[in-house]
This record gives sequence, structure tokens and C-alpha cells, in this order.
Amino acid sequence: MPDAKVTIAFELNGELTEVAFAPHKTLLEVLREDCGLTGTKHGCELGECGTCAVLLDERPVLSCLALGLACAGRRVKTVEGMATAGRLHPLQEAFAELGAAQCGYCTPAFLLTAEALLAGNPTPTRDEIKQALAGNLCRCTGYIKIYEAVELAAVRMRDPGAKPAQETLYGRR
Amino acid sequence: MAGAKGRSGGQAVRRPTKAGTSARPPDRPTAFRVIGKALRKIDATSKVTGVTKFADDLFLPRMLFCKLLRSPHPHARILSVDGSKALALEGVKAVLTGKDLPIPFGILPVSQDEHALALDKARFVGDPVAAVAAVSEEIATEALDLITVRYEPLAAISSAAEAIARPEPRIHDYGDHGNLHKLISLEFGDVAAGFAEADLVREDVFFFEGSTHLPMEQHAALADWSPDGKVTLWSSTQTPHYVHRALAKVLELPPAKIRVIATPNGGGFGGKSDPFSHEIVVAKLAMLTGRPVKITLTREEVFYCHRGRHPTLMWVKTGVKQDGTITGMHFKSLLDGGGYGSYGVASTYYTGALQTVTYPVPRYKFQGARAFTNKPPCGPKRGHGTPQPRYALEVHLDKIAEQLGIDPAELRLQHLVPPHSLTANYLRIGSMGLGACIRKVVEGSGWKQRFRKLPFGQGVGLACSSYISGAGLPIYWNNMPHSGVQLKCDRGGGVTVFCGSTEIGQGSDSILAYIVAEVLGIDPFDIAVVTADTDLTPVDLGSYSSRVTLMSGNAALQAAERAREILASHVARKLEIPVERIACADRRVFDVADPKRGLSFAEAVQLAEAAQGTVGTVGSYTPPPSAGHYRGAGVGPSPAYSYSAAVAEVNVDPATGIVIVPRIWIAHDVGRSINAAAVMGQVEGSVYMGLGEALMEEMAYRGSRNTMHKFPSLLEYKSPTTLEMCDVITYLIEDPDPSGPFGAKEVGQGPLLPVMPAVANAVYDAVGVRVDEIPVTPEKVLKALKRKAKGEEPRFGPSTFPEIPWPEPTQVPPPWEGGDGKAVGQSDGRTVGQRAAVSAERQH
Repeated sequence: MPDAKVTIAFELNGELTEVAFAPHKTLLEVLREDCGLTGTKHGCELGECGTCAVLLDERPVLSCLALGLACAGRRVKTVEGMATAGRLHPLQEAFAELGAAQCGYCTPAFLLTAEALLAGNPTPTRDEIKQALAGNLCRCTGYIKIYEAVELAAVRMRDPGAKPAQETLYGRR
Repeated sequence: MAGAKGRSGGQAVRRPTKAGTSARPPDRPTAFRVIGKALRKIDATSKVTGVTKFADDLFLPRMLFCKLLRSPHPHARILSVDGSKALALEGVKAVLTGKDLPIPFGILPVSQDEHALALDKARFVGDPVAAVAAVSEEIATEALDLITVRYEPLAAISSAAEAIARPEPRIHDYGDHGNLHKLISLEFGDVAAGFAEADLVREDVFFFEGSTHLPMEQHAALADWSPDGKVTLWSSTQTPHYVHRALAKVLELPPAKIRVIATPNGGGFGGKSDPFSHEIVVAKLAMLTGRPVKITLTREEVFYCHRGRHPTLMWVKTGVKQDGTITGMHFKSLLDGGGYGSYGVASTYYTGALQTVTYPVPRYKFQGARAFTNKPPCGPKRGHGTPQPRYALEVHLDKIAEQLGIDPAELRLQHLVPPHSLTANYLRIGSMGLGACIRKVVEGSGWKQRFRKLPFGQGVGLACSSYISGAGLPIYWNNMPHSGVQLKCDRGGGVTVFCGSTEIGQGSDSILAYIVAEVLGIDPFDIAVVTADTDLTPVDLGSYSSRVTLMSGNAALQAAERAREILASHVARKLEIPVERIACADRRVFDVADPKRGLSFAEAVQLAEAAQGTVGTVGSYTPPPSAGHYRGAGVGPSPAYSYSAAVAEVNVDPATGIVIVPRIWIAHDVGRSINAAAVMGQVEGSVYMGLGEALMEEMAYRGSRNTMHKFPSLLEYKSPTTLEMCDVITYLIEDPDPSGPFGAKEVGQGPLLPVMPAVANAVYDAVGVRVDEIPVTPEKVLKALKRKAKGEEPRFGPSTFPEIPWPEPTQVPPPWEGGDGKAVGQSDGRTVGQRAAVSAERQH
């Protein structure tokens, strides 16, 4: 017989949520299989690639290494919680605009990790962005458009009218 | 206001053309409304909100989970497989073994050498042997331990050199010689005479280690069986059409009873281009159980699927005049193919195909061999068979330039293949922007001030390359189009484009929308795109060989032009003006001479629909015939070739051998950007993947005579993180090619190619040692530096190329020696072997 399910209550994307699941399950499995939120992806399920990152009490964690049970009473944010009232987060806008999401598989984790960075440091340098995102692998973009999108979003959170640099979109002349 | 907009639009948009002329002279970039703009991709919002459904995101009611039991032996005969205990476990619904799926398959008609589950032999550690479907992943995993397999281990072959030395026991019972899968020998002109004319003849030997694609998404597939006898497979595949064919063959079902849907791929890079064991297995399990069955591979299993870069040993000999003019070249390659054929025959040809498309090579000889070994099968990774020889050639040229005392950038600039010319091996060059690429990176990097002038430990290196924009020939012999599009105009003003092409993150769905929007004068976001579904979409051969923008783009262009003709004819009649005066822009169809007169796009569709019924069109694309007709001429021809040049800057620590690449300047001739931002993304992503190959990525093996993967994990298989990735300065060169839609050529693979040789050449500039082996690891740099310190040859790399039982070369006189593309002694345009190959392919 499979393990009897346990029920926890936690705050998921701003809503009080109750969910029942087998107690051995990771937060990744609970989110995808028991909450139906498949926006959180997996690349290794060993804590190596960063693809499954979500925010737990506003800090990025690898959901493949966190037990679902350990999240009782805490706040979890996934990519599904980033847009508010149908409006994309500035990071989501910038990622879409610059092509920082190519295949899009690693994107949710990059977005959430970057959101945590900007929450603590609204004006990060390029090196600070690299350090913050060093645990997230992306095989499509070479990270360049991701840095540029984080920088653009950071500027736009102060100056909503900011435009991307011409060189970012069209290359150097 | 509308009038003013319309007037400029009237001048801007293109005149109606005869339907079917999709290959057209490109227009001026200023004429475009959509083409070339850095628009967001049509799926960008779903990707940044996590809405995009990848294969493992699909859940169906009553779904079962599949797990595969894999061989722990590199080479073993399978004496028996007993799944009865597993089947008895509560929650297990079915167990499959090789006997349940006995029909072989494989991507190439000439290499139908795989079984969904090993039938008589396992050929590498990780080869699937049995499968389980159960109500949960945990139970399926538990059941694997209850399957009993009796193996008789066989001697394993771990390297290409060993495969040459030991023709027995054979890994497969087919192939050109013992454990050599494929042997190729081609000679275009008298190469010995070319060397005799040279002022300098140089020989070098290089090795390029294998690497893998490492897509962030593990392969996953979900199959469903409906009671009316139809199987549906959702899969993370780059080639749904070929999966469709493989399923029909192995499951013995009519293709009409199989539907394959390629889900958006979470990265492919060539690694999801073969039909795979797990796809066939879940389809069969769904048929047996009558329930949906899903499999998601673990990261470790993804390493076993592999089909990545072939480890390749290369020998190159080139004759040059004092000014750098090449008089002749002889290139030999030896590929370690792993346990199965995969794309390997094509990969082997590709290691010799594109040497001639950058600098003129008047006489050229190529010999290539692919060995079977007991390791995960190699296949097509970004650049497919061409990054290895390109690395060898570009480092070889760097050495030649130094010997001749010519700046390597100048050497290349003075010897560029002319545009619109034919190469020695009968590849037809179209537009050729390599010169512009070299000039951009030379200027941008300050090359003239830095090359051979930087302090010890710092260096710059330059390299160039070229790549195909789609293969000129299909994988299985047929004379049908390579890409098809259906287009439907809705009376509400929306348009739906249906195409078999597969979105792998490169933006192929968006390309369809941009091209159709440009022609019909509507917004790309008015267009719905339906792709990669064998029930709904016309065939496109798949997302490989950098073919999609050019081929599906041309098909979409043709369909859109036909739709535009329909709308224009009805609007012209209503306005009582000649059809030539009709333009489409800003969601309007109007008179260019009097832009206020016209209809909205939706009204135009309604007018046409009322007059003639539903408005729908089709378009398709077939590449032009190849100029070469010798056996082997099928690999290398392409409608257009892209060009790239790169300069890498390195810092080398002589104490540790650690190479840091702060910056790469890269220029890429893309013909025409359909979406500049998407092109930028492909260039930067290619530089990234090339940097990984240059410095760290390798499929390394240990244990069991070096046949066990050393580190099948994302942590230990080193790939660049944000901390290793370099800055990239990108220049987009637009030299439009008449074969491409609006002049577009490829960008997804070509910009990877110059990175490895540019880094290796920069290391030499920095510390004066040659690392003639990829990846350029600290250990190799240190070994070369130690040799240098001892006064030995300042180099790390292989020194010999083994003896191989080559067949007599096929002699093909080049065009300038009166050749007509046929081999000497060849009469009907096909050799005996070609006829046999074609006939064998037709049987499959």
C-alpha cells in the first residue's frame, strides 16, 4: 500500500492552500502532481541544475530538495504567482521582450531567482546578477539575454518607460 | 492619418507575385513591416508565465507510469528475460521485453539497427532491455528489480582505435568492415598534383572529444490508445514525422492510426532528433493496457540516449602557395560512433563535406570512417559532424599562416570562396558574407593592435566557419516537399497557419507568423500557429540541419502569397482597379494609388469568402536539385550557406593551465534576419555552447574497460554557468540569399563552429602552446607548457592517425576540370551502391 497521505496548509502564490500528498514527496512533486502547477520544472531532481527553483518565504530554494511537509505554514511562490491580475511582472515582460526565454524550460526558475535578487537589491551590477543566477543552468541563451532582461526589469521598476538598448536587440553595428 | 500611413505602406509592401515563386530576390530591409524587427516571439508570454505544456506537464486520467530496465553490461548476449515476478507486483499493469517489439528501426534507412528493447544483444551500458507500466513511478521502479535478465557478457570495444584493431566480435552484423560501420573515400581532382604545386605542405593531427546536448528538459513521452484503434503520442521530439514513421513500422499500424504530437521541446540541440526506444515502448504499453502511459527519463538516462558529438580523430594535409592559396587538401576523420548507427553515416560524411565552402580548395580528398563501440550512440549535435573538422581546419590554417608569415585574418580574407560558385565537391554557394564577418570582428576586437602583441598569458585567436541552411536531400529517399504549410483565413480577420515544424526554443513557430504577417499585412499576433501534429499539420521533416526558417519559411511564404492573391483579386474587382495596385498593410487591403480606398483585412476575407467560399491555401518547399551526382553527394548540399567569424580573447594562467575567456566577438552572415532578437539569441546561445565544448564539456568513460559513463549528471558533466560564460559582442551581417525567404539563411548552428578553434588559437597566442585536442582543459595546457619548458614540441594532442582499410577513392573531377558532378566511370548519375542504397531505402 502506498503511504497514507498527509495534509498541510500553506500560502501558495498568495492564497491559503490545503493539499494532501504522500509524506515522502518533495515540494517539486507536490506542486506539479498534487497542486497541478506544472510551471515549476525539473532538470535533474538532484539539486544540480536550479531548474526547479521556487521562492520559499521569499528566498529561492530548489524544490526538488525540499520536502513538501517542510513547507507547512510557509509561503511558496511559483511562476504561476508572478503575474498579478493578468499583468506580467516586469521581469516576465523583459524576458519575453528580449528573448531571454528560448525553449522556456529553465525560465520559471530564472524569473523567481531574479525576483528574489531584485527584492533585496533593486540595482544589481552585472556581476551581482551573475552571482545570483550562478546556480541556474540554461543551455539555450548563453545567459546574455537573461542578464539584459534582469537589468531592463530593474530599470523599469523605477522607470517604467525604459527601452532596451538597440545593441541588445540588433547587435553592434 | 490612415492615408499617410497607407501611402508609406503602399510604397513599402511588395507587389503581388505569381504564386509558387517562393525563391525571390530579397527586398530592401526598409520595405518591411515585420521582417527583421526584434519582435517578441508568439509563445514568449506562455513561456514566461509557465503556461507552456512540455511533455512531462501532461497528465491524463488513469495514466500509468513507465520505467525502463537498462543493461549494466557494455556488450552482452541476452539469454533470457523473465518479467513474471514484476508483473505479479501489485500495481504493475504490463511488462515488455525485446520479443514484444522485434522489428528494428533507426533514423537512417541504411542503419535500421535499433530495437525498442534489446532483442538478442545489449550494446552499451544503458541500452534498454525491458519496460514496466505501473500505477505509480515508485511501483514501476520497484518492479524493475524483479525482472531477471540472464546475460552472457561479450568482449567490449571502447574506442575507435580498438574497433579497427579488433574486427571480432562484431557489435553489429552489418557495416563496411569488421567493427567499422562506415568507410568513405572521395577524391575531387588529383590531390598529389596539388601538393606538388605547393610552396608549403603541412600535416596536422587533431582530436575532438565527444560532448552531449544536455537539454534542460529530460526526454518525456505520453501515449494514449483509443478504443477505436488509434494511438496518440505526445513527445519531446524534434522530428515528429520520423517518429510517426518509426512507430508505424515497429507497431505494424497504418500511419493513419497513429498521431504524433511534438510538444514544445525544452531544448533539443539535436538530442531529440532520433526516434527513441522510450517513445515506441510507451505507445506499445498504451496499446496493451488500454490506458495512457507516460515516461520521463531521469537525467542519467538522458546521458544514455545521447546521440551527441562523435569523438573524432582527424588528420589534415594541406598544400599552399607562398601567398596562402590552397593547392590541395587531404582530410581524414575517424569517428567513435557508439553502439548504434543513428545519424552516423551522415555525421561521417559531414566531417568531410564543408571544408570547401569557406576558402577555395581546388583539389580535395576526403576519407572518413565511423566505428561501432560499446558506448551510448553518437549522432547529431548542433553543427552535426562539422564542428570537429572546422576546429581542425581553422587551427591548421592558423599554423600555416604563422609559417607563411601572414596575419591569419588576412590569409582568410585574401582567399574567400566566391559567391554564387560551385566547390570542388559540387556544393553550390549562394550569398557569401564571410569577408564582411571577418572585417567586423577584426575591427571590433582591435585585432591588428593585439594579435601577437599582448603580454604573456593573454591572447586573441580568430576562426571562421560556414554551415548549411537545411540539407538538400531528405533522410529517406522521396521526391516530395521537405516542408508544407496550410493557411486558413478567418472571416473575423484572424489567420491560422498549420505546419509540421517543431518548436524547440529556436522560434520556428514565430517565424511562420512573421512571414505570413508580412505578406498579408496583418499583425503577427493576429495569427494562430498550429505545428508538429501529424493529424493536423502538413509534413515538415523536423527541427534539424538548420532547415526550418528557410524551408518552412518558404512554404509559409508561398501559402501567404497565394492567400494574398485571392484577397487582392476580389478587392481589386470591388474597387475596379488593376490587381497590381492592391497592397496589404496595417490590417488593410487597399489601393496603393489612393490608400484611403480599401477594405479592412477582415472585410477582404469576407468579400473573398462570399465570392468563392472558404479562403485557404497551401504552400510547400522542395530544395533545388544538388549539383553532385556521385555516391555521397547527398550530404553537404544546401539551398544556402551561412558564414561566421569569431575572435576569442583569453587569459591563460601558466601556473594552473586555467583558461578564462572574457570576451568573444562574433559576426554571422544570416542572409536576412526574420527577427533580429531571435537571431541574436541563436548567436549568443551558439557561442555559449561552443565555449562549453572548447573548455570543459566531454563525454568521458570509466570502469568496465572505459565503457561506463564517468559522470552522467548535470553537476559533474561540466557546462558553463553564468560564472564561466563570456561576454559576447555580436554583429549581424545580412547578405541576402536568393534561396531564403526574404533572403534568410540559418543561424541556429553555424555560430557555434568558430568558437572552439578561435579559443585554441588564442591560447597559442597567449602562451605559445598548441592544444590540438578539444576540450582545452587546464591539464592539457599545463602538459604542453611543461613540454615547451623542456624544449620539446610545445603541444598537446594526438600525433598519429591509424591505418584504416580504406576503399579505393571514388574519383570525381571538380567543375574546373570538366567534371559534371558524376564519378569517373559512373554512367547514369548513380553508382551501383547508390542504386542499392536507394532500393534498400524504399523497402523501409
